[in-house]
Amino acid sequence: MFVFTSKMKLLAGSLTLVGLVFLLIGFNTDYSSHAAEGHGDAAAHSEGHDAAAHAPAAEAHAEEAHAAESVAADHASEGHEAMGHEAEGHGAVGHDGHGASHDLSANRPWAAFLVNSIFFLGIGIGTLFFLAIQYAAQVGWSAGLIRVFEAVSMYVGIPILGILFLVVTGGMHMHHLWHWMAEGIMDPASANYDPIIAGKEGYLNMPFFTIRTLAYLVIWAGAAYLLRRNSLREDALPAGQNLFFTQRKLAATFIVLYAVTSSMSAWDWVMSIDTHWFSTLFGWYTFAGMFVTAMTVLNLLVMYLRINNHLPWINANHQHDLGKFMFAFSVFWTYLWFSQYMLIWYSNIPEEVTYYLPRFKGEYKPLFVAMVAMNFIFPILVLMSRDAKRIFGFIGLAAFFVLAGHWLDHYIMIMPGAVGYDYGFGFAELGGILFYAGLFLWVTLSQLAKAPLKLKNHPMLTESEHFHQ
Amino acid sequence: MAHTTEPTPVVRALYHDDDVLISAVKEIRAAGYTISEVYTPFPVHGLDKAMGLKETRIAMAAFMYGVLGLTVAVTLTWYMMISDWPQNIGGKPNYNWGMNMPAFVPILFELTVFFAAHLMVWTYLIINGLYPGSDAQNPDPRTTDDHFMVELPAADGLVDVLKKSGAVEIAEA
Repeated sequence: MFVFTSKMKLLAGSLTLVGLVFLLIGFNTDYSSHAAEGHGDAAAHSEGHDAAAHAPAAEAHAEEAHAAESVAADHASEGHEAMGHEAEGHGAVGHDGHGASHDLSANRPWAAFLVNSIFFLGIGIGTLFFLAIQYAAQVGWSAGLIRVFEAVSMYVGIPILGILFLVVTGGMHMHHLWHWMAEGIMDPASANYDPIIAGKEGYLNMPFFTIRTLAYLVIWAGAAYLLRRNSLREDALPAGQNLFFTQRKLAATFIVLYAVTSSMSAWDWVMSIDTHWFSTLFGWYTFAGMFVTAMTVLNLLVMYLRINNHLPWINANHQHDLGKFMFAFSVFWTYLWFSQYMLIWYSNIPEEVTYYLPRFKGEYKPLFVAMVAMNFIFPILVLMSRDAKRIFGFIGLAAFFVLAGHWLDHYIMIMPGAVGYDYGFGFAELGGILFYAGLFLWVTLSQLAKAPLKLKNHPMLTESEHFHQ
Repeated sequence: MAHTTEPTPVVRALYHDDDVLISAVKEIRAAGYTISEVYTPFPVHGLDKAMGLKETRIAMAAFMYGVLGLTVAVTLTWYMMISDWPQNIGGKPNYNWGMNMPAFVPILFELTVFFAAHLMVWTYLIINGLYPGSDAQNPDPRTTDDHFMVELPAADGLVDVLKKSGAVEIAEA
């Protein structure tokens, strides 16, 4: 029986509290001053932006940003806004007059919180999906690990609550993280009117958006809760009886619902930040990143439990299989990332290519390249050999880079659209990480401690115990 | 059998169950005898470990073949599309290989897989003596149907161990 020790409670609790304090500091920081201070940099970068303006439509904007800077150096922040504007994809439609009314740097702490919410959501939802697959596909090898998957998947609701908080505050116009929430943007009479965004009003409107977020919360957290509840009930049954087929039906139903909601949630929470832009691959791309994150965390957690002798029936072969998932889905993620990138690079249509201008030509390029290296080259070289997936040191090393890489991936998905070039890594970003990591430890470890780590009546348990390669 | 002349006499024991075979292999090795070969009609899971075979190095070979394929692909795309006859396809930059690289990724991927897979299979076949024209090495055709055969050099007391391990037939040759 796993015990949630007071030491771990202290760690989890203090991480959450420190994270919360950092978040409060982050939210009370004025980021526009940062922008002005760091502007010497930005001016230097704008050279790069001219070069970046290969896409004909974006060119006008880059010039505008440049002009704003050269005309009045002390009005630096204006030029900066215009640049952020380009990053938002407005360049493609020549949408003017926005920058003056809305300062993107104010979005910074909110965007940072969204990055962390999405990243930590990936751990919960990826594991829940993996758990559902174990039942739906009648998997044998993993039966001894089901309790670990359950404990992690119980975490899924918390990051969605964080996103719900962002949705509500966005609706109250406390931030305009999702650009389509800006005031008057759907109103033809307003100076802010954007006909393209207004055309999406049927899908992107506050009531429907909130309902969708609530629906994801109910479906995902509900599935996690039901799978967990049935599994605990199964333990109470007499030996030889099980709820396997109840669980299987539940898991299969969830997978069907998740097939739809995984893509939709990615469009809603992440893709709608760059409201003009769209990519048909985006849902899968986001899912792949989330699934790798989940597999990596599971590897670390199983490793931790094995080192502390809580899982004597789990051996290097099980770890090897988890490692294979981490390796394989890193490659899968790269495949989707590249498929999305190459089609847009090749067709070079202004309305699509604006997404990659700040990311691949602009200031985000070093981060973007580092992210791809961490998420592809690192796992493929470290985890390719058979032995590496069985040695704790290698798994831990690869896990660190994969987690950092996918955090950065979400960062680069969200930041250019939400804050333009007013990005950075400060209290808001770090606070969100600590806050969610603390909650993750608290939820997962307390769930692990609630029930024996080995199921009692699962029909595949013997198969799992004798699993070898 | 007719094609090989063996200086040392060998003992061949037949089994008709793969589980019995694995436990027999373990017993024989525990008794201190060295197994030279096992013939089975299908791959028996865990037999390599029971026999104490060395870990295969085919993975390392496959990796090197993959690197070779990648190198060939880079050279091929660079020579054909950049150096020898630069082509403007869809206005993509082709001043140097790096600028045009995203367009080549499918080729890089395919040739890496092609080299790794094909050369790995050939290596495997050649190492196992299964190249075209090689002689059949199967001493008893029943091992292609429903029997499993353990072959080992003759030694004192071996037959008793084999009998005890569940062999259905023991032949000395």
